[in-house]
Amino acid sequence: MTKNSGLWYQMREIVVETGEIALFARRFFREVFNPPYEFRELLKQSYIIGNKSIFLVATTGFIMGLVLTLQTRPTMSQFGAEAWMPAMVGISIVREIGPVITALICAGKIGSSIGAELGSMKVTEQIAAMEVSGTNPFKYLVITRVVAATLMVPLLVIIADGVALTGSYLVEHVKGNVSMQLYFSQVFRNITFGDLVPATVKTFFFGFAIGIVGCYKGYTSKKGTAGVGRAANSAVVVSSLFLFIIDFIAVLIADIFFEL
Amino acid sequence: MEDNNRLIQIRDLCKAFGENKVLDHFNLDLHAGENLVLVGKSGSGKSVLLKCMVGLMEYDSGSLQVLGQEIRGMGQYELDKLRTDIGFLFQGSALYDSMTVRENLSFPLRRHPEKIAGASEDDLIQEALENVGLAHAIDLLPEELSGGMQRRIALARTIILKPRIILYDEPTSGLDPITAKEIIHLILEIQQLYHTAALIITHDMDCARVISNRMIILLNGTNYAEGTFQELQTNQDPQVRAFFK
Ligand SMILES: Nc1ncnc2c1ncn2[C@@H]1O[C@H](COP(=O)(O)OP(=O)(O)O)[C@@H](O)[C@H]1O
Ligand SMILES: [Mg+2]
Repeated sequence: MTKNSGLWYQMREIVVETGEIALFARRFFREVFNPPYEFRELLKQSYIIGNKSIFLVATTGFIMGLVLTLQTRPTMSQFGAEAWMPAMVGISIVREIGPVITALICAGKIGSSIGAELGSMKVTEQIAAMEVSGTNPFKYLVITRVVAATLMVPLLVIIADGVALTGSYLVEHVKGNVSMQLYFSQVFRNITFGDLVPATVKTFFFGFAIGIVGCYKGYTSKKGTAGVGRAANSAVVVSSLFLFIIDFIAVLIADIFFEL
Repeated sequence: MEDNNRLIQIRDLCKAFGENKVLDHFNLDLHAGENLVLVGKSGSGKSVLLKCMVGLMEYDSGSLQVLGQEIRGMGQYELDKLRTDIGFLFQGSALYDSMTVRENLSFPLRRHPEKIAGASEDDLIQEALENVGLAHAIDLLPEELSGGMQRRIALARTIILKPRIILYDEPTSGLDPITAKEIIHLILEIQQLYHTAALIITHDMDCARVISNRMIILLNGTNYAEGTFQELQTNQDPQVRAFFK
């Protein structure tokens, strides 16, 4: 056992790292509103993020909708509460399952690829090359990717929610012979403003966390190919951890404002 | 104040990483039109010196003036402006690997339209590529190019903003001897074509012999010996002689 594996050491590392990421995020907010804006690169990155994860996000969303409905249905029918199925499943998907599952997939897919890409640009001195050509690499690489992730993750969550609800509807339709119209009107009648707003707001934070952690890990990657691998790997680990923390905070705040 | 003939002036430059004193009272002048070669063992601080010159790394003390401006304490805007007058060829080429050759070259152009002076972007890219003999590679990705071709494209990207000084960090490292020779001759051609001054870092003595007007030997963090290639070759100091073995 090395001293690096001690619990105390690891906790200290996390605190130090969070501080450094906060400084990195501060730099982001300082520079994001100042011109020049790299719109082309922002569009390109948004497209890449969406394109890269949409298939995975939709597939998992669909399966989550199926599984959730299949597993909940027997219990609900024991109480004769099948009529509540659309509302219950709908709310759990929109409030929690859609955002969290999608964000975790994006952390794995987008976070790691941003970490690896910027990490390899760092160790092959491409970032330095941008800097000496008189371009601000932070603007070109970091700001575009963080903004793209912040905007795209909520969009992906909406898609995942839609697909998951469709999956859930299919089960209801087969098992309970519920019509599509009835199913979705049940869902939308029961989802309130208090469900929707916090769930949507937190997805922007999820996207931001994935982008900023991935960029931080890549941008500060250490020399060598091992450094790049570590950047990609820890981008996923750290951003997943952040996602749960943000989720917890979001639920606490929603609890205060919307009185569950 | 800018002495028109002296493009870079370094006085008593010191840079340490903790206990590791990499540069220790280093001095250097680079004059217009000259090809100055800096030789030094691997790990002697050559790349660190170049990075200090373009503000990629901070130095601890001493003075470092490029085109009459002290690098330390420069604002971001001034620094970026100055950087367009300095070309930097990285040790590993450092091409942007997600971009085609064309995009690699247009990257600096797009961000410094003031340097184009009315010329069309395509013409400038074409011209730079022709000058390094790779006009046909314009739509390829870096991964599709050999090491020697990558180095040429990197050189094209370096000259596209028509800098007044070019800094070469081991331009022949990682290349086979024949390709290395081609790159050396290409550098000489570029120097004549663009009338730039060059500071070339190398530990390749063939390269130094062909390119240099003047040489500096970097040893123990300081400019240990200076002179033309012939002067240094006949120097009796054993530490200097070791470089010519
Ligand atoms: N960012 C850094 N942090 C700590 N030490 C460094 C850093 N960059 C370079 N060094 C050290 O400075 C010395 C000179 O490095 P370098 O200039 O890259 O050598 P070379 O002459 O081969 O180009 C080496 O001992 C290296 O370990
Ligand atoms: Mg070096």
